[in-house]
Amino acid sequence: MGIRVISPGLATTVQDLGRPGYYHLGIPLSGAMDRLALRAANMLVGNDEGAAALEAVFMGPELEFTADATVAITGAEMPPKVDGEARAGWTSFDVKSGQVLSFDFLKAGARAYIAVSGGVDVPEVLGSRSTYTLGALGGFEGRALQAGDELALGEGKGDAGATIPEKLRRGPGSPAELRVLTGIYWYRLTEKAQANFFEDTWKVAPEADRIGYRFRDGRPVDFVDRAPPFGAGSDPSNIVDGCYPYGSIQMPGGTEPIVLHRDAVSGGGYFMLGTVISADMDLIGQLQPHMETRFVSVDMETALAARADRRALLAQMRDALS
Amino acid sequence: MASKQILSPLPGTFYRKPAPDQPNYKQDGDALAEGDVIGLIEVMKTFNEVKAEFGGTVVKFLIENEDPVMAGQPLVEVDG
Repeated sequence: MGIRVISPGLATTVQDLGRPGYYHLGIPLSGAMDRLALRAANMLVGNDEGAAALEAVFMGPELEFTADATVAITGAEMPPKVDGEARAGWTSFDVKSGQVLSFDFLKAGARAYIAVSGGVDVPEVLGSRSTYTLGALGGFEGRALQAGDELALGEGKGDAGATIPEKLRRGPGSPAELRVLTGIYWYRLTEKAQANFFEDTWKVAPEADRIGYRFRDGRPVDFVDRAPPFGAGSDPSNIVDGCYPYGSIQMPGGTEPIVLHRDAVSGGGYFMLGTVISADMDLIGQLQPHMETRFVSVDMETALAARADRRALLAQMRDALS
Repeated sequence: MASKQILSPLPGTFYRKPAPDQPNYKQDGDALAEGDVIGLIEVMKTFNEVKAEFGGTVVKFLIENEDPVMAGQPLVEVDG
């Protein structure tokens, strides 16, 4: 085998880069909430960047290794320990068979990625090893890890001591800033509501999860009056059912925005005021409850430039390790 | 006797009682046994019990009902 789960943490799941291609059938993307951190962790232990790793949210698991392996932790600052001895984040280290990997309290961010040389060996489902817990699909038996689970590892060998330079690591600022492209329903808001949305400082709601990140504490929005079109509900935040893109921001009842994330539903009847740009989706995965967040309006050109920056950052990480 | 602190294992919202119409799990001055529940933390639509890792006497709660909490934040001071 490879890893025995002593304690699972809050909701630790197997994730890779996700399961694209089935969203139109209602099966979400899944995969790591912070895919840059997942890629970095895999690079550090000599895996393919898209290998399956563990995503631990808010609280680390306690894992006993039953085989020698190289391990790296990236993403949230949740200091790792081997047999109680501290190890550095964003840096690979060896764990011998019989040793226990555990974690200190979360210090910053929200989700830590635990990559192990060879990757976590669970069956591929629809082309991915990612866990979609709501649909009991993929990962380890379609669910979060539990005490006593035994995870197999693939073949692979990494080297201890590989590190991602600090200047290439990314986490959310404070307040976090999420860049937004407004969408086809934006006209539904009054001018005042449009301005308020970007002016307000929002706070991450405690119920935010892999399905969606809800924000509160900003002002509710007002809608332009209209007669509801056939098929839309009577609430002004309703639309005739449509597709929900990954990253889209819905606002049920016009009160609290929800950014759909990796395990989101694929469609429904809430208007979407816009979409968080792809380059900022990883940052959402590192937001803790109650964290202050602002939405920043950008245009398509800025969004594409940010995406290119993200790609360049990844290339710099690869260069730093080669 | 030295006073020790129980730290929050999770970020979220802290509740001192099991339900709005119920009394607090523990009051200042109460005896505390290892494994006793001292509160709940709500995060990601789940309520997680926070248990004492050691026994003693509750000196003081350092957090109010429904306060936001960060991981590692001291929740209770305990003599024991």
